[in-house]
Amino acid sequence: MTEHENTALRWIPLLPLIAAALSGAWLVFGRRALPRVAVIALACGAPIASFAIAVVQVFKLALETALPPDAPYYSDNLYTWISAGDFHAELAFLLDPLSAVMVLVVTGVGSLIHIYSVGYMDDDHREDRGFQRFFAYLNLFTFSMLMLILGDNLLVMFVGWEGVGVCSYLLIGFWYLDDANAAAGQKAFVVNRIGDFGFLLGIFLLFWSFAQAGLPTVEFREMSANVGLLAERTVALPGWLSFLPGFPTWGLLTLACLCLFVGACGKSAQIPLYVWLPDAMAGPTPVSALIHAATMVTAGVYMVCRMSFAYSLAPGAQATVAWTGALTAFFAATIGLAQTDIKKVLAYSTVSQLGYMFLAAGVAAYSAAIFHVMTHAFFKALLFLGAGSVILGMHHQQDITKMGGLRRRMPVTWATFLVGVIAIAGVPPFSGFFSKDEILLAANQAHAIPGHQALWAIGMATAFLTAFYMFRLYFLVWSGESRADHHTQASIHESGKWVLVPLCVLALFSVIGGFFGLPDAYGDLFGVQRSNSLHHFLQPVVHSAEHEISHATEFRLAALTTCVGLAGIALATVMYFWRRDLAAKLAAAIRPLYALVRDKYRIDELYDAAIVRPLRALSSSLLSRGVDQGLIDGLAVNGTAKLVRASADGALKYLQSGFAQSYLVAMLLGGVLLVAWLVRGS
Amino acid sequence: MGDVLPFHFQVVAALIFAIGALGVMLRRNMIVMFMSIELMLNAANLSLVAFSREIGNDQGQILAFIVMVVAAVEVAVGLAIIISLVRNRDTVNIEDTSQMKW
Repeated sequence: MTEHENTALRWIPLLPLIAAALSGAWLVFGRRALPRVAVIALACGAPIASFAIAVVQVFKLALETALPPDAPYYSDNLYTWISAGDFHAELAFLLDPLSAVMVLVVTGVGSLIHIYSVGYMDDDHREDRGFQRFFAYLNLFTFSMLMLILGDNLLVMFVGWEGVGVCSYLLIGFWYLDDANAAAGQKAFVVNRIGDFGFLLGIFLLFWSFAQAGLPTVEFREMSANVGLLAERTVALPGWLSFLPGFPTWGLLTLACLCLFVGACGKSAQIPLYVWLPDAMAGPTPVSALIHAATMVTAGVYMVCRMSFAYSLAPGAQATVAWTGALTAFFAATIGLAQTDIKKVLAYSTVSQLGYMFLAAGVAAYSAAIFHVMTHAFFKALLFLGAGSVILGMHHQQDITKMGGLRRRMPVTWATFLVGVIAIAGVPPFSGFFSKDEILLAANQAHAIPGHQALWAIGMATAFLTAFYMFRLYFLVWSGESRADHHTQASIHESGKWVLVPLCVLALFSVIGGFFGLPDAYGDLFGVQRSNSLHHFLQPVVHSAEHEISHATEFRLAALTTCVGLAGIALATVMYFWRRDLAAKLAAAIRPLYALVRDKYRIDELYDAAIVRPLRALSSSLLSRGVDQGLIDGLAVNGTAKLVRASADGALKYLQSGFAQSYLVAMLLGGVLLVAWLVRGS
Repeated sequence: MGDVLPFHFQVVAALIFAIGALGVMLRRNMIVMFMSIELMLNAANLSLVAFSREIGNDQGQILAFIVMVVAAVEVAVGLAIIISLVRNRDTVNIEDTSQMKW
C-alpha cells in the first residue's frame, strides 16, 4: 500500500457503466420501459455521483502533501488484464493532474448535459422506449470516455477510445428510422475507423520498440520515464517514399507520434478526417453537445497531451500537429461563414476550435491545449444546448434563415447564448479569451516550429473569422424580425427548467472559466502569484514549453487578439444588424466563391468521387461479384456441389446397379487387393 | 499315407473358402448363396483353429467360437429376410431383387 493507491477511482467510470447496464438489461429483458422517474434518477444520478467522487479525489490530489510534488498521481489497479512473458497490461486507472482536469470536465459538463437531456428528450415520442435507450447510450458513452481518460496505459485508453466511437455511432443514428441519420452514424464510424487504424499502428510501434529496448510496456508513466531509450532510434524508409522530408531515415518516435496523430485526426475531426463531424449533427442536440463538442472530440487532444513526452522528442510530428491544427482551424472557420443550419455552424466552429487545440499541442503548449479543451467544453456545450433550446422552441426548425427575433420569446436562452457567443469570440474577460490568447501567444513564441509566425497569423485570422461567424449566427437567430411561418411563430416558447438550469450553470462557467488559467502576467497586475493555476497544476505531467517574454509583449499580443476579435464582431454587426442587405449583396457579388464555401468546398463530393465511389465500384465488381459470388460462392461452394452432381449423374451412379452380386464381386476384389498389398514384398 | 501337416489344414481351408466365394458370386439362389457364406466362415474357422494349434496360442480357438456365434446370428437374420422376401415377392432369385439402385 503506497500513498499513490486509491481505490475510489474505479467508481468514477464504473457508476455510469452500472447505470447503462441496468437500463440496457431492462430494455432487453423487461416487458415495458422503466418508469420515467427511474430512468432519470439512474441516468443522471450516475454521472453526478461520478462527478462528486471525482471532485473529492481531485481535491485530495491537489492538496495531499504526502504525494511527491514533481509527480503527484493516484492509481487504482483492478487486475492484470493481459500477461504474456515479461509484458503485463493492468486494468488500472490513473488520476494525475492531466486526467484530473479531463475527468472534471467530462463528468461535470456531462452531468449538466444529462440533466438537460431530460428536458430535451421529453417530447420525443418517435419510439416507445426511446427515452430509456437514449440514456442507456449516454451513460455508456460517459463510461467509455472515463475509461479513455483514466486508463493508465495505451490499451485501456484504446478500449475507451473504441467505446466512445461506438457510442457516438449509436447516438448519431439514434433516430435510425430516418436513413440520413443512420448514414451519418455510419460515416462517423467508418471515418473514425480509418483514424483508429493509425492509432493502433502507433500503439504497436511504441510497444514493439520499447520491447526491443528491453522494456515491454504500454503504461504511460513507465513509457514517459524511459522514453529516452527511443530518442536516438531511427527507422529506414522504403525507397518509394524518397519524396518525404528527412528521407532515408525517420526518428522512430516521429513515426510513432504521426501514427498516433492519425488516430487523433479521426477522433478529433482534423483535416483530412474532419468530414464526419458536421454530419454527426444528425444526432439529438444533447449528443452534439456532449460527444461532438465537449468531450469525445477532445480525446485526440488529450491523447497528444498524454503522449507529450514522446511528441516533445519528435519535432517533425510536432510541426505536423501544429500545422494540421492551424490549417483545420482556418479552413473550418471559413466554411462556418456560410452555413445556414444552426447546428452546422456550431459543428464547423467545433472543428475550428479543435484545430486551435492541436495548434497549441503542436507548439508544446500542452497546458494551453487542455485549458482550451476546458473552456471550449463550457462555451461550446452552452452554445449547443442553447441551440437545442431554440430548436425545441421552433419545433425542430434548424434553418437560421427562418429564425430571427427570438430574443423576447426566449429570454433566458438568449442571455446564455449571448454569453457563449462572446466567450467563443474571445472578448475579455470571458473564458475563451484567455485560452485562445494563450494558444496564440505560444504559437507566436514557438521558435522551434518552422513557420511559427505563419501559424500565429493563421490563428489570428481564424480568431477574426470566429468572432464574425458567431455573431452572424447570433444576429440571424436572435435579432430583427421573425422569418418563421405564422404557424411556428404563434407557438415559439421558452424551454422548461430541465433545459434552462444547465444553460445557466454553463453560462456562469463560460464567464469565469478563464480564471482557472489566468496567465501569470494578469495575476501580477493584481498581486496574485502563479495565477495560472491550471498551467502549474499540469506542468509536472505535460512539461509545456516555457516562454521568456516580457509582460508588456504579452499584453500587446493580447490587445491585438482582442482587437481582431472585436473587428470580427463589428463587421458582423454591420452586415447582419445595421445593413442587412449588405450580406446578400456581398454574397451575390462573389457568387461562385460564396457557393463553393456554402457547399463546404465540395470536399464531401471530392471524397465521394475519389475514394467512396472507386471503393464501392471495386467492391461491387471485383470483390462482391468477382471474389465473393464468383470464387467463393461459385467455384468453391456451388462448384463442389455441381462437380459431385455431374460426375454422379454422368457415370458414377451406374456403379449402384442394385445387383447384390456385383457388390460382392467388388468387395472380394477389394479384399484380394488389400491382402496383396499387405503381403507385398514378403 | 504321410502325416497330416499344418500346411494341409491351410490348403483345405483355402479350398473351402474358394468354393464358398465362387458359390456366392455365381449362384443366383439366395439359399445356396447363404450356404456358401457359411462355407467361407467355416473355412476361416478351420484356418484359425489350425494356426492356433500350431503356434500353441488359444486365441485363435476363442475367435473361432465368436465366429460361430456371429454365424448363428447371421443365419437367423438372413433367413428371416429371405422368408419375408419369399412371402412378398414369391422368389428366392437374387436377380429379381435389384430395385435398390439409381
